[in-house]
Amino acid sequence: MTRGIFASLALLVPLVAGADGPLTEFPRTADGHPDLSGVWQAVNTAHWNLEPHASQYPAVLELGAQFAVPPGQGVVVGGEIPYLPAARAQRDSNFANRLTDDPEGKCYLGGIPRSTYMPYPFQILQNVNDVFMVYQFATGVRRIFVNGTEEAPLDSWMGWANGRWEGDTFVVEVTGFNGLTWLDRAGNFASENARVVERYTPLAPNHLQYEATIEDSTVFSRPWTIRMPLYRIVDEGFRLLEFKCEPYAEEKIYGHLRKQPLESGEGVPQ
Amino acid sequence: MRFRMVGAAGLAAAMIGLAAQPAAAQSQRKTAWGEPDLAGVYAEFTIAPLQRPGELGEQEFFTPEQFEAYQRLRLEEVDEDDETEPGTPADVHYDMGTFALSQNEGVTSPNLRTSIVTMPRDGRIPPLLPAAVERQNARAQARRGREYDGPEFRSLTERCIVWSSTLPPILPGGYNSNLQIFQSPGYVMIQGEMGDPRVIPTDGRARPRDEIRQYNGTSIGRWEGDTLVIETAGFTADTAWRGASENLRVTERLTRLNDNVVEYAFTVADPDTWAEPWGGVYPLTEMDAVLFEYACTEGNYGMANILSGERAAEREAAQKRE
Repeated sequence: MTRGIFASLALLVPLVAGADGPLTEFPRTADGHPDLSGVWQAVNTAHWNLEPHASQYPAVLELGAQFAVPPGQGVVVGGEIPYLPAARAQRDSNFANRLTDDPEGKCYLGGIPRSTYMPYPFQILQNVNDVFMVYQFATGVRRIFVNGTEEAPLDSWMGWANGRWEGDTFVVEVTGFNGLTWLDRAGNFASENARVVERYTPLAPNHLQYEATIEDSTVFSRPWTIRMPLYRIVDEGFRLLEFKCEPYAEEKIYGHLRKQPLESGEGVPQ
Repeated sequence: MRFRMVGAAGLAAAMIGLAAQPAAAQSQRKTAWGEPDLAGVYAEFTIAPLQRPGELGEQEFFTPEQFEAYQRLRLEEVDEDDETEPGTPADVHYDMGTFALSQNEGVTSPNLRTSIVTMPRDGRIPPLLPAAVERQNARAQARRGREYDGPEFRSLTERCIVWSSTLPPILPGGYNSNLQIFQSPGYVMIQGEMGDPRVIPTDGRARPRDEIRQYNGTSIGRWEGDTLVIETAGFTADTAWRGASENLRVTERLTRLNDNVVEYAFTVADPDTWAEPWGGVYPLTEMDAVLFEYACTEGNYGMANILSGERAAEREAAQKRE
């Protein structure tokens, strides 16, 4: 009897996210596809290092424990990224120089797939014609052409994305990269030759499975895949807020060109 | 190619005289979920000047003869290609034609209006109140003599933080003056080519608290009949759009007029800056084009060159003194 009341109450719960109540099913659009609309975020340490890693000192020791690298089991299917030898050496050099060379530190667009699992929310807007993904970091945005077949006209940071539905999975093929992005804070990278195939699949009302397969025969010995859940942000009234990171990167990029170098610990001039 | 970089197709669009608001929607284009459909990629350039030439007084629309003369004048201005002497600073400039920076290479919406500004009736932006002039002077004073000391002393635009043309209110800028509008249930996204994607909820929620100040302000939208009304406030003091304070409030009204044109109307109010609210209206003309990624800070050689140029000049001056 109790179960019966619960079931009939559940029918009253609308199938939309927000203050109206919990989702009981993954929402669908009028044309029957899963509706990916919403704000999503990865909850893992992939932004630190895609590969399995123990905890580590922060890149700047003065930053202390709150900026130390937390441990993680990794998100690479099979554990290790199949680098070619020269590329692995490049990755190691990237890691050694991460404080100066990581594009994230310069507030550069995160690229794909990195933008998906940076420690910031991103929003998917979907209608039948197109999908837009808006990323809080560096106010990134990309348009995904549903059933699009155009090639990238130019290289770019976020790549050129054509999407299609395979059953309940939204598959996005991304090409046209400029090769300047990294994959994480550990210096993992792909080149401008990369082709990334992303797969967004509903797992539960508030969970998506995210997969990205990276093909780049100039950097890797074979295609490889990362896989992780994405979590819907269900906070009431949540919206992406503006995170203009440009000012915070100016000292790193232009500090050496100041008339007076800043003293250690000194704030920027107002 | 399905798309092409902005072409001149828009010049063929019918001449329109945009009416004073509220606009009468003439398009029945609807989204699958029943809202007026504003989605598309649009050119912001219009032939009308921002402010009305003083001699036209309260005349809102050009006569055909006046328009022809005015258009000739504008095109001459655009085509002007001053001969400069090689090896002089004046010779260092953008090749407007090569990089599609010239206005007459893009879509320019025909418009019989004598100015984008329609309120007040003289089509002129009201003068800044003394307090606003003081704010501007204080800001300039704080930078005087330090303009090249470091990035913080340069403008928000040079720092790739915001472009005044892509903020709400959106106004045609010097180049890349295009925007895209995307709609999904409960949201409208507007993105200027050089601006940030503005994801505007239309689901009835409140604007975030004003403690959360953003360069682009915080926006909420609602539908009034066929018109999307967007209210924005919560700007930073640094945004200072046309000298405004952080108390600036912007109302934008977007209405599809026909399959090619969305009317963009705006009013701005800030009692700390202008004695009265003011506003205007201009057409957005749809283009068969896609916006390409505008990665500003990633390619900001300008800032490095400005600062390193000044450091070089300082070294040179020091050597001369020795």
